[in-house]
Amino acid sequence: MATTDEEVRELIKREYEHGFVTEIESETFEPGLNEDVIRRLSDLKQEPEFMLEWRLKAYRRWLEMDEPEWAHVDYPQVKFDDISYYSAPKRPEDMPQSLDEVDPELLKTYEKLGIPLHERAKLAGVAVDAVFDSVSVATTFKEPLEKAGVIFCPISEALQKHPELVKKYLGSVVPVADNYYAALNSAVFSDGSFVYIPKGVRCPLELSTYFRINAANTGQFERTLIIADAGSYVSYLEGCTAPMRDENQLHAAVVELVLLDDAQIKYSTVQNWYPGDETGKGGIYNFVTKRAACIGKNSKVSWTQVETGSAITWKYPSCILRGDNSVGEFYSVALTHNYQQADTGTKMIHIGKNTSSTVISKGISAGRSSNAYRGLVKFNPGAEGARNFTQCDSLLIGDRCGAHTFPYIESKNKSAIVEHEATTSKVSDEQMFLCRQRGIEPEQAVSMIVNGFCKEVFKELPMEFAVEAGKLLEVSLEGSVG
Amino acid sequence: MLSIKNLHACVEDKQILNGLNLEIKAGEVHAIMGPNGSGKSTLSQVLAGNEAFDVTKGEVTFNGDNLLDLPTEERAREGLFLAFQYPVEIPGVSNLQFLRTSVNAMRKHHGIEDMNAAEFMKLAKAISKQVDLDPAFLKRGVNEGFSGGEKKRNEVMQALLLQPKLAILDETDSGLDIDALKVVADGVNALRASDRAILMITHYQRLLDHIVPDYVHVLSTGKIIKSGGPELALELEAKGYGWLGIEDQAAANHG
Repeated sequence: MATTDEEVRELIKREYEHGFVTEIESETFEPGLNEDVIRRLSDLKQEPEFMLEWRLKAYRRWLEMDEPEWAHVDYPQVKFDDISYYSAPKRPEDMPQSLDEVDPELLKTYEKLGIPLHERAKLAGVAVDAVFDSVSVATTFKEPLEKAGVIFCPISEALQKHPELVKKYLGSVVPVADNYYAALNSAVFSDGSFVYIPKGVRCPLELSTYFRINAANTGQFERTLIIADAGSYVSYLEGCTAPMRDENQLHAAVVELVLLDDAQIKYSTVQNWYPGDETGKGGIYNFVTKRAACIGKNSKVSWTQVETGSAITWKYPSCILRGDNSVGEFYSVALTHNYQQADTGTKMIHIGKNTSSTVISKGISAGRSSNAYRGLVKFNPGAEGARNFTQCDSLLIGDRCGAHTFPYIESKNKSAIVEHEATTSKVSDEQMFLCRQRGIEPEQAVSMIVNGFCKEVFKELPMEFAVEAGKLLEVSLEGSVG
Repeated sequence: MLSIKNLHACVEDKQILNGLNLEIKAGEVHAIMGPNGSGKSTLSQVLAGNEAFDVTKGEVTFNGDNLLDLPTEERAREGLFLAFQYPVEIPGVSNLQFLRTSVNAMRKHHGIEDMNAAEFMKLAKAISKQVDLDPAFLKRGVNEGFSGGEKKRNEVMQALLLQPKLAILDETDSGLDIDALKVVADGVNALRASDRAILMITHYQRLLDHIVPDYVHVLSTGKIIKSGGPELALELEAKGYGWLGIEDQAAANHG
């Protein structure tokens, strides 16, 4: 065999590019969850008293709730007592004050992930808040943001510096007992990002957060809260990776977006949590609640997501269109391969007059995976003149995968207009033959056809994310033909 | 260049080619004519490597290689090009992207560096004009919403772009009005070269007024039953296939 070690490493890397473990000293709680764990967590974070009360309330509600079973996914019950609810890179003293103080191993990790923490960030014009396991490690570009009056910091820091803002809006979009995983998150979230864009400010940079689960047997429960005050604009990017581990890891995040009059938020996600191996072993359970409340008139929120990772994805970024003329958009590409399962979609709740929403969902199934779109479009009685357009397209690769569409439409207003289009197609033999007849490798052909299928969504992504998303699909589809 | 010996092929257990023999040398232009269902399109699909067809007997060599051993994409990279009768659509993939991917796949095979986007754009624009296609169509999805004539011109354009050793044109004339036919024929004539062979498959003689072949073969029930020069096509046009004792098989067995 002429194969060198390097080639082997290259091959492994191609399977799941981000599957490395970083050896750093970390402080991790013993597995298990009770009120003492929550007290310890809150104490460690030096949180204001109201926060501890809030967490405990969520925990008590969570204890009374049952795990949801309605999703089109199948997995063994999560053993919540086997999970550690806090893991942080250990540091000699307090939080690092600058990048120089951050553990070099950690910085190397970010480099491997391609996170532009240093000068690269400046070039890319991206401000990054990186959440590693449970805590925010470094937030770049605070200065230009501060000048504009933008607050972009770990939520733990916001709790200390801007408790009034956090108190006012935390849980206002996703209440503590909204659902099982949101309640769990509310009780134990360890960190996440906080963003406040003041009135009339167009955020000068694209804000970005990278999440990574590193330690074994830890759950990641991050909490993101973005408040766009009247007339402001922000584009926010989120990326996620995790190392390859045989056991399943839980990720239960909550994201809340608040939009006041004329505000606009563009929220983009490229989710590439470890999906498990080709036999279905390991991988992240991604049970996430994301919701935006357009409480102001003429506000607009766009969710754009590219989901290629996780063993199981359970995620419905939603828009509550309360303000008159508010607009909600959802653009999604969800790709499943091997034994991955995805049940994802959106909820568009029309409350205000002349509210409108657009849903473009592209589901791609390969291998033995299962991919479901689940969406709700609801018009309340007051939603005079509201309208929705939904398009759900499924693409099948091979004949052992499944695609499902569960659209729910509830209309309590006769003037509401709803349009729904759905298609299911296959990467056809004729398309493959045409590509191959032109000398194109079968895997490259599939990737090209899939990228074409997703074009309407990719064009909504910020430029550098669109490139990353395209590459991600290519890597995720490896081994899907032949 | 291409040598076909005793080729038998079937699709879904239906025997279509029954011992076909054909020799094509570099620089030659061959035309294969025949009624519907005689196996014309099957021949082109089998040569290009469509896996829906099974070769049950016979051999094909292409520039000394055993063609039937090569996967479709390898055949293409070795210089075998098929202009499709019914080119399929690939929604969302721009023509430009598709063509550049193809050109670079060929270049990679021959150890040549990728052509960059700007360079390729220039080349693609020039060639699209050659077949009278508005360069704006390069940005449209592959064959997406193309008219029949545009699809055919797009196929010829690809042949001009890829400069194959052997170009097989499967009914590239069908469905074209006389002006479009002229454009397509000019494109094909521009392909003629001493180191290249062209195999045209056609139902009608009219294409051969514009692209005069060196040889004409008549295919019936999966075999070549008569070969001759360009005059054979004219004779067929005048006398019909019945003259050779062939019945025009049911249109249901198209291709």
